[in-house]
Amino acid sequence: MSTTATAVEGEHHHHGPAKGLGRWLFATNHKDIGTMYLWTALAMFFLGGAFAMVIRMELFQPGLQLLEPEWFNRMFTMHGLVMVFGAIMPAWVGFANWQIPLMVGAPDMAMPRMNLLSYWLFPVAMLVLVSTFFMDGNAPAFGWTFYAPLSTTFAPDTTDFFIFGVHLLGVSSIMGAINVIATIVNLRAPGMTLMKMPLFVWTWLITAFLLIAVMPVLAGVVTMMLTDRNFGTAFFEASGGGDPLMFQHIFWFFGHPEVYIMILPAFGVVSQILPTFARKPLFGYASMVYATGAIAFLSFIVWGHHMFATGMPLAGELYFMYATMLIAVPTGVKIFNWMATMWRGSMTFETPMLFSIAFVFLFTIGGLTGLMMAMGPADMQYHSTYFIVAHFHYVLVPGAVFALMAGVYYWLPKWCGNMYDERLGKIHFWLSAISVNVLFFPQHFVGLAGMPRRVPDYPLQFADFNMIISIGGFAYGLSQLLFVYIVIKAIRGGQPATDQVWEGAQGLEWELPSPAPFHTHTTPPKVD
Amino acid sequence: MSGTEGSYYVPEETRQPALLAVGLAATLFGFAMSLHDNSAGSIVMMVGGAITAVTIWMWMAHVIRESEAGLNSAQMDRTYRMGMGWFIFSEVMFFAAFFGALFYVRVLVLPWLSGEGNNAMTNQLLWPLFEGLWSPLSIPSTEGFTPATGIVGAWGVPAINTALLLTSGATLTWAHWGLFKKSRGQLIAGLALTVLLGSIFMVLQVQEYAHAMNDLSLTFNSGIYGSLFYLMTGFHGAHVTLGVLMLTVILGRSIKGHFTPEHHFAFEGVAWYWHFVDVVWLILFVFIYWV
Repeated sequence: MSTTATAVEGEHHHHGPAKGLGRWLFATNHKDIGTMYLWTALAMFFLGGAFAMVIRMELFQPGLQLLEPEWFNRMFTMHGLVMVFGAIMPAWVGFANWQIPLMVGAPDMAMPRMNLLSYWLFPVAMLVLVSTFFMDGNAPAFGWTFYAPLSTTFAPDTTDFFIFGVHLLGVSSIMGAINVIATIVNLRAPGMTLMKMPLFVWTWLITAFLLIAVMPVLAGVVTMMLTDRNFGTAFFEASGGGDPLMFQHIFWFFGHPEVYIMILPAFGVVSQILPTFARKPLFGYASMVYATGAIAFLSFIVWGHHMFATGMPLAGELYFMYATMLIAVPTGVKIFNWMATMWRGSMTFETPMLFSIAFVFLFTIGGLTGLMMAMGPADMQYHSTYFIVAHFHYVLVPGAVFALMAGVYYWLPKWCGNMYDERLGKIHFWLSAISVNVLFFPQHFVGLAGMPRRVPDYPLQFADFNMIISIGGFAYGLSQLLFVYIVIKAIRGGQPATDQVWEGAQGLEWELPSPAPFHTHTTPPKVD
Repeated sequence: MSGTEGSYYVPEETRQPALLAVGLAATLFGFAMSLHDNSAGSIVMMVGGAITAVTIWMWMAHVIRESEAGLNSAQMDRTYRMGMGWFIFSEVMFFAAFFGALFYVRVLVLPWLSGEGNNAMTNQLLWPLFEGLWSPLSIPSTEGFTPATGIVGAWGVPAINTALLLTSGATLTWAHWGLFKKSRGQLIAGLALTVLLGSIFMVLQVQEYAHAMNDLSLTFNSGIYGSLFYLMTGFHGAHVTLGVLMLTVILGRSIKGHFTPEHHFAFEGVAWYWHFVDVVWLILFVFIYWV
């Protein structure tokens, strides 16, 4: 981190950062806090990735070779939790911290001290979560969705540590989201009207609203778990008049908006990058904003599609089925607009553009399988198979993670002042794009053929595909080490970046020097 | 202070956030330890709680000093307003989770457990004697649960508490008018009355809990009614407690001469919070106690 420190330090500015560790422990600067978020999220990405590697090693061949089934359960549980709460969400908060003040012309986040509290709660909460591995009863093993009664009646004692970890993460997310909203609504440069905001800022504004709306619901449901487990309440216990299915309703009321919390900023990043490298303005800006709002609204009223196989009344199944299919409309608007942005553009294919185009293509695959599963009767077949695993990994890995990679390559020159190695970046892209498909595409086939998720063993008929999947997984995991090398190499040196960095780049952040000085926009810029 | 940098106030490095994060985590970690009979748990929890309390105190004192030094621009004031507004919205959603549970149980779970819809066999095979209308006393099985002997009626203490909270909302607004009129006496009297009414509410609520536990044997363990009753009124009570604490701080600041008719966001933020707690109580009164 100290390398980053020197790299982002503006030498000619009087109010430079403090020296030493205190700079990071006590930082109120949005760039420093953003940097900490991004590095911590990257570390968590590799921790969650390590768990995934263990899963793929176990599934390399049929039979149980490496792990006890309980350990397998712990691995996929912690893989999901670490990736969702430790890698993707905080990585987007890191982007929000770095980019939103730069892009709206604000001097910092609206509440810099609360910003730091949001940050520190996150690694501390991850420590609480991961510390369960070293306790009696070991880490939770009920899946990242922690359905009752698996997480209440049948869970290890460490579940209570998990619950409090979730509470801390929730507090962190809510405060971060409030900060984002206050920054966007209150600190925009004069002249930057709402409909002139860059799309990344728009998507984060809506994401922040989703966070404030659903993280408290998650806090509520884990609190009910806590009292069911320790104090004898009956929320999720039918014999006491409660209902284990009620857990799923409340959880997915949080859980569905949660998946958009992970993908909406990705939409924003891609909507910044495609116009830059197509050298054309974004097609249908207003419709992009309205589509994002529509997706966010719909996310609150479709949670039941996660529960088609639970025996909901028919009316409920039909309602959730049709409401879910509606999401395809605003999402289709977005994908159409991205393609129309590229249409007849003067395109060049630098690494951020490659990741963004791959995002459009591969995210759409994930979206279409989502549409397949939105159909209640068909979902009875797909439910809890590898098909759903393929679906949500397509939207999260070549979806959210590819957009994160694209965003890092796109803005890294602005952050550290140096260009990354373009040749290595392209190699990283092609390794990732190929291996991610080797990893996840065959999961559609084994899923449709009936291989269940979350089971450490499988029948012989799935052996070949699983070996291919595992090889893809190892290749994808190893490829990401190259990403770390590229980033560190760029931070330590390389061709100095110009202010605009990319020929077609538009927006306030590109009018600042590269690297962006420690304090930027201390007097608000004018936007026409 | 780097406030000289530009029009917007960017604070210097601060130690409190990292400390507070550690304090909060230690509090919860210690609580989890003590839930599982780890004797060090309560110590960890107390140390964490002390760090949390001291840090919040220092942090708030710092913010108040800044405010009194006139560092808060109109823009900063708007930021604080938005922060408080969205924080209250997050609280609304927290209670929404519990109200969602309440309505789901009353409208769907209990009828289904008694065999409605396509659940005839659930009832027949599991608990054939169970008829679960929202007469909250009946639960499907007494195995592991001890049903209560009576419900907490609306028209005793809860009705008095409703009147207390509604009155406290009025006294708080009266105090606000006093602030606008530059009548510090009315401001202080109104706030003191509000704190008093809130405190009486808390005392009565504790007595009501004692009555429910001792006379009606209503506990956490009484099935879904006890679960919903105690968690919902309990979280509300926790919010009243926090509200009274914040009102006390505002009262102390008013006595010290803080706040002007133009510049008193802290007062307003706490007032919003208090009214929010009031509204939650009204909904609780209707759906937990009354109907």
